[in-house]
Amino acid sequence: MNTIIIQYNAGNIQSVLYALERLGVQALVTDNVELIQKADKVIFPGVGEASTAMHYLKERGLDKVIQHLKQPVLGICLGMQLMCTYSEENDTTCLGIFEEQVKLFKPSDASIKVPQIGWNNIGQLKTDLFKGVAENSFTYFVHGYYAALGAHTIATTQYIQPYSSALHKDNFYGVQFHPEKSAKVGEQIIQNFLNIS
Amino acid sequence: MLTKRIIPCLDIKDGRTVKGINFEQIRDAGDPIELGAFYAEQGADELVFLDITATIEKRKTLSELVNKIAHKINIPFTVGGGIKTEEDVSVLLQNGADKIAINTAAFLDPTIIHRFAKNFGSQCVVLAIDAKCEEDNNWYVYLNGGRTKTDKLVTDWAKEAVDLGIGEILLTSMNHDGTKQGFALDITAQLAETLPVPIIASGGGGNEKHFLDVFTKGKADAALAASIFHYKELAIPDLKQFLNKQGIAIRL
Repeated sequence: MNTIIIQYNAGNIQSVLYALERLGVQALVTDNVELIQKADKVIFPGVGEASTAMHYLKERGLDKVIQHLKQPVLGICLGMQLMCTYSEENDTTCLGIFEEQVKLFKPSDASIKVPQIGWNNIGQLKTDLFKGVAENSFTYFVHGYYAALGAHTIATTQYIQPYSSALHKDNFYGVQFHPEKSAKVGEQIIQNFLNIS
Repeated sequence: MLTKRIIPCLDIKDGRTVKGINFEQIRDAGDPIELGAFYAEQGADELVFLDITATIEKRKTLSELVNKIAHKINIPFTVGGGIKTEEDVSVLLQNGADKIAINTAAFLDPTIIHRFAKNFGSQCVVLAIDAKCEEDNNWYVYLNGGRTKTDKLVTDWAKEAVDLGIGEILLTSMNHDGTKQGFALDITAQLAETLPVPIIASGGGGNEKHFLDVFTKGKADAALAASIFHYKELAIPDLKQFLNKQGIAIRL
């Protein structure tokens, strides 16, 4: 199996690569269009800022490439947010794969910190991405913006309000948390993605 | 529900953990990679690796060590010690560190906070503050591993750093560090209640009750400790079970 991690101007790419290595999978990190299109599995990671990342993808034509992929694709954190239609982060039009919108967390009182940093539950789990993962398992989150609940929500997390901690449409999957940093639960989710045909 | 975090801290010197430890479950407790993996397995929520290597020359091995840690460990980790430039940060992040911690360098040149936050994102920039309560009952910032006093109040410095883009604050009370008599609840709560970033409390954790207090009375988002974990005085699974029973949101 040929697994590609899309290279762009975002952080955490190495962490995803190493997490795959721990599962015995040697992935290739590349921005080569042909290699991405031919891959069996594509991972679209990301820690960073939405408008800068979208600008970078557009400059290289990677936006259209990602939109038209037919194999299983997993967006992680910013990767997932970029797969939505729109992000409030610097008023950014995104890839439009998921119709859900990305909004800024607005704390209900001063004791609530933004960004959310730490371990939180994922619940109402759907699809094979969460096969063998218990309801309300903990995963690691670092984010100031969230995808609203919608038709494509396959996992829900509560922070200020319930939001989409994972999305799914056709061959596209996205997770807001970092499976590569979420201990055994995260490893199970990455393995499940690799098992999706 | 977002949980409170328990963070073991490993001091690294010349690529080895300092403070002799002897766990039956692991072969080499001086090996930061093996010890880190052990804590991750035990349920630590994050790890902090603090490099206290004296010479710059030997520090270059830090990035290699970070790379090995990143290969092995499946939870987030922060690296601190002697970080001054964008290049320092970039190398550590590229080798797989999730966050970096800065202290003295940020105080001497606060513009690095803004530059680091802009280039790498606030979420990966942790400000470590060594704080000491003086006779006048005020908390002051200390530098150079607690050797140099400044006239800056901790509350002022923390606020400035947040405005410059720091993502988290690791607050160590020098009055409490090493005492095992409990965390500095007042200053921790003061920062946690007034600042929009998470506060990691450090210094003084000696038993389960101290951790309960720092999360309830101290309002901390996370608590860091070293020797009580290293010397097996408190096991992370037992600590987390206790906190859970006391109604603290914790990852089990």
